[in-house]
Amino acid sequence: MGNVILDVTDVNKHFGGLQALTDINLRIEEGTVHAIIGPNGAGKSTFLNVIVGRLTPSRGRVLLGDQVLTGKQPHEINQLGVARVFQTPEIFPDLSLLQNVMIPAFAKRDGQFECSIFKSLFGERKIREEAEHILEDVGLIADRDKIAGSMSRGDKRRLELAMCLIQNPKLFLLDEPTAGMSRHDTNRTIELLQRIKQRGMTKIIIEHDMHVVFSLADRISVLAQGAIIAEGTPEEVRNNPKVKEAYLGGETL
Amino acid sequence: MSNTQIATPRQDLIYMVVLSAVVLTMPLWLQPFGAAYPDLMQKFMIFGIFAVGYNILFGLTGYLSFGHAAFLGVGSYTAVWSFKLLSMNVLPAIIFAVVLSGLFAWLIGFVSLRRSGIYFSILTLAFAQMSYNLAYSVLTPITNGETGLQLAQADPRVLDRMAGIEATSGLPMTNLFGLEGTGYTGFYICAVILIVSFFIALRIFHSPFGMKLRAIKSNQTRMSYTGYNTRPYLLTAFIISGMYAGLAGALLAMTDPLAGAERMQWTASGEVVLMTIFGGAGTLIGPLLGAGLIKYLENIFSAFNDTVLHNAFSFLPDWLNNILTAIISPFVGEGWHLLLGIVFMLLVIFLPGGLMEGYGKISRMIRERRQKPANGASSDKQHSTEEA
Repeated sequence: MGNVILDVTDVNKHFGGLQALTDINLRIEEGTVHAIIGPNGAGKSTFLNVIVGRLTPSRGRVLLGDQVLTGKQPHEINQLGVARVFQTPEIFPDLSLLQNVMIPAFAKRDGQFECSIFKSLFGERKIREEAEHILEDVGLIADRDKIAGSMSRGDKRRLELAMCLIQNPKLFLLDEPTAGMSRHDTNRTIELLQRIKQRGMTKIIIEHDMHVVFSLADRISVLAQGAIIAEGTPEEVRNNPKVKEAYLGGETL
Repeated sequence: MSNTQIATPRQDLIYMVVLSAVVLTMPLWLQPFGAAYPDLMQKFMIFGIFAVGYNILFGLTGYLSFGHAAFLGVGSYTAVWSFKLLSMNVLPAIIFAVVLSGLFAWLIGFVSLRRSGIYFSILTLAFAQMSYNLAYSVLTPITNGETGLQLAQADPRVLDRMAGIEATSGLPMTNLFGLEGTGYTGFYICAVILIVSFFIALRIFHSPFGMKLRAIKSNQTRMSYTGYNTRPYLLTAFIISGMYAGLAGALLAMTDPLAGAERMQWTASGEVVLMTIFGGAGTLIGPLLGAGLIKYLENIFSAFNDTVLHNAFSFLPDWLNNILTAIISPFVGEGWHLLLGIVFMLLVIFLPGGLMEGYGKISRMIRERRQKPANGASSDKQHSTEEA
């Protein structure tokens, strides 16, 4: 058994009377890919939002290694080593692709606030090379000087991946990284994610596309109506009767 | 130079050399425009500094402040007090003005930056109006209220007295180690300070800090999930732009040693917003152009009156002359702001990126026209549009 990197204990979240998450307990081992699946409205995105600090849980605790994440601001949590891609890509649409990737690199090197106004951007050769390298990795190097807002949706998603990867996070959260992508783009993304997997980065991935889930995940948790109803290896989950019911029964009823 | 490319030091140098040459030769090339007199050129410089500084906040971060005239006013009052108490030398006046307006900006920014968007703008506006009212009435012992703060022959001027300089007849003149703060020397002092201020702004624009400010404007959510605490960045930009405003205020006091509360009114804050947008917010040179152009137009149109108009249309028949004069006269003289308002509206509708966007469009058009005969691809495009 490897080290536990993310330790979620008894996390509850309610919005007014709506119970969005109920007693979530989850331990994720370092270097694994953990998929969270479940029908729409099961609380998958809420769970990610609790980890990254967008939402504070009503009860419970989230630990990254031995650091408490609960109650911290998103930027503090990122500085501790958690990066996230969103369901709709959050990039800097007015900046060039290269600048988009340089900014997270600066955050990783200089921390949450650094203001030496007389440093020249031109002199930051190392960061620029690092950024170019990552862009090459995701296949966007040819467009390095283009405005990010003008790229296609698939390219924006890959750019966002690059922006997270350059920080080399301890924990990488992916919220439906292939949603709305063509089959071709999806396969490219899977291939890219598999390559990253070899680097031993821990990932949590939310996904509807079972093809993506089964080709990437080491373990799977199934969320339904805010609670984890099953957890295990892909094989175990596939054969779990509760999961079948949640997916087939829950969706059609 | 596009914002998406990383500027090389060589490009920066060329930029600065060209700008310095253009600014320092102003008395020559402004001659044909009838604008080469010191008072007006000083204003170009001073409001140029104001707008360049404002652009660091508004142009880079997108935070629209409606309160920057307050910092200009603080700068002016501080400078005049420095003239009164310490010395007629402008150096201490400028230093005190910049420091104090920076502190003031820190205070206002600290509170206002808890909100963004329209709420931020309203907060800054409210603070500026409070400052204006304080200066106008409550703080009369410091600001001399309605009359404005003025110099007097009996002022202490401690440092000047220590150096043995006494004002013998009339009011003493502001100076920079003997260089007079008015007239042509006053213009050159302002011009050199403008060039230095511009250089600082250029360095900020081309630094990682500047790029991060642009990123905040582009997507603040992504900034916080990328590990940045955005508030200190915004506060720094706010303070820097406040210091620029204080500097401009001190220079206004240098060229005319009198500080009044009207400098802090919201119309004065609105003016710098207009200048920045007019020239092109977020571009380096745009705010400078905007400031120059608005001050130039103000100078021309506010001088017009009915008699001038009558004379201008004297070649027309009397009845037409009268009608035209009646239509145009509300837009000139005292009412020139009406004209400015119309021009501004047209600009925002048709060229939201300001003069710099217009320049970009024209140069692109010329480039395309030049390439067309040589370029096969573009002639193909022409064919397809003809078919359509």
